[in-house]
Amino acid sequence: MEKRTDKNSYTIIFAIGMVLVVGSLLAFLASSLKPRISENQRLEKQQNILYAMGINDNDETSAVFISTDKAPEAFTENVADQIVITVDANGKVVKRQTRDEYFEETNQEPYLIDVKKQQASAKDGGERKLPLFVGKNADGKTVYVAPIYGKGLWDAIWGYVAMDENMVVQGAYFDHKGETPGLGANIKQRYFMDDFYGEHLLTENGAFKGITVAKGNADPKNNDKKDNEVDAIAGATITGDGVSAMIKNDLKLYKPYFDNLKTK
Amino acid sequence: MGLLSKKDTKLITDPLADNNPITIQVLGICSALAITAELEASIVMSISVLFVMGVGNVVISLMRNIIPSKIRIIAQLIVVATLVIIVDLVLKAFAYELSKTLSVFVGLIITNCIIMGRFEAFALGNGPWRSFLDGIGNALGYAVILIIVGFFRELLGSGTLLGIPVLGDPIEKTGLYSIGYENNGFMLLSPMALIVVGIIIWVQRSRNKALIED
Repeated sequence: MEKRTDKNSYTIIFAIGMVLVVGSLLAFLASSLKPRISENQRLEKQQNILYAMGINDNDETSAVFISTDKAPEAFTENVADQIVITVDANGKVVKRQTRDEYFEETNQEPYLIDVKKQQASAKDGGERKLPLFVGKNADGKTVYVAPIYGKGLWDAIWGYVAMDENMVVQGAYFDHKGETPGLGANIKQRYFMDDFYGEHLLTENGAFKGITVAKGNADPKNNDKKDNEVDAIAGATITGDGVSAMIKNDLKLYKPYFDNLKTK
Repeated sequence: MGLLSKKDTKLITDPLADNNPITIQVLGICSALAITAELEASIVMSISVLFVMGVGNVVISLMRNIIPSKIRIIAQLIVVATLVIIVDLVLKAFAYELSKTLSVFVGLIITNCIIMGRFEAFALGNGPWRSFLDGIGNALGYAVILIIVGFFRELLGSGTLLGIPVLGDPIEKTGLYSIGYENNGFMLLSPMALIVVGIIIWVQRSRNKALIED
């Protein structure tokens, strides 16, 4: 005898029912938790920027953010201005706004600018907004923090790089969406991020070169800070290449701003 | 054992050795290769799978009489995916730091064939309590192998355990490194996980001849 559950009509009703139940459950859950999630993400951006500026709760070996309840206060205190540079598709500067000017125009905080969307807009021949956070780091030195965004092996990778006025790295934070644990995921480990400290983004002649995550650069201790190279992570070649590429592509757009700083 | 009958106890202990999901049933090999380069990742993955297997097996077992056999695989897939997404969303809202650590495992759990394999082989034909025990047992069996592989890969590949250097400093040449020992970078790559799993299978079968197939 055929079982009740083997009928085609039952199968279809079951499928529709299951999709409806699961779909509405997930939709309900996602929309009711959304405010909390986006608040968490907002605080994380502040923590990331502060981390790159050297304001964090790091212990000896692991990377620890400043706590979420202290982050908003530390952010207002340490980030003096959030500059927004608008460039056209060729990287030419169209306009430059301070945080207040930008907020008046868009009603949005510059640190919430979605770098991925801006990259897409530039790719389609449109304008791109480049946020740059200016403030004093943990040592009281003025640093400029820029967000970067690219792709690793499986999914998105991103980060924040703090530089001084000569484009020498003063701190870096990297993160990823889904790199392999134990391999590519180690870009957010201290031993990798700390390697960028003091590394030059420019060549001796002042041209922009970026920093390459290099295999076999014969400098695993990273004593040579002017070679534009840091030591790669074993087993994470593609993620490392992604880090090199996003540093190169995104940070070179800030070069005119730094040139301008010097002539002033 | 008062709580568990002898048959129920076997559900938990069997997968730990003679019916291990990885070495005998050959399920879940993909994630065992992918994430065992570090001990910590192995442990986190084991705990995540333990949770999803336990709950998932119970849910499937409760639904076993109403799931149409023609679309049972899809129904199982939806159950795992829903469970994992719910956990991910709740963690993102209430334990953001933890969710960042776990988010990379989400995709790996959904595609983990141990989970689908146990739904199909056990939960569809057994009651919730026994399915729960089977889920826990198999997840523990999976965990044992993952942790053994993770232990050796991290120790021989990076010279660390749980991120703490145990063999000295390879750059400063202290500890073992001072007498010429080198980390084997090859251990960090997936093929070596396969070889380590192979060695475990070899050891296991040479100790228990009954496991050898003709």
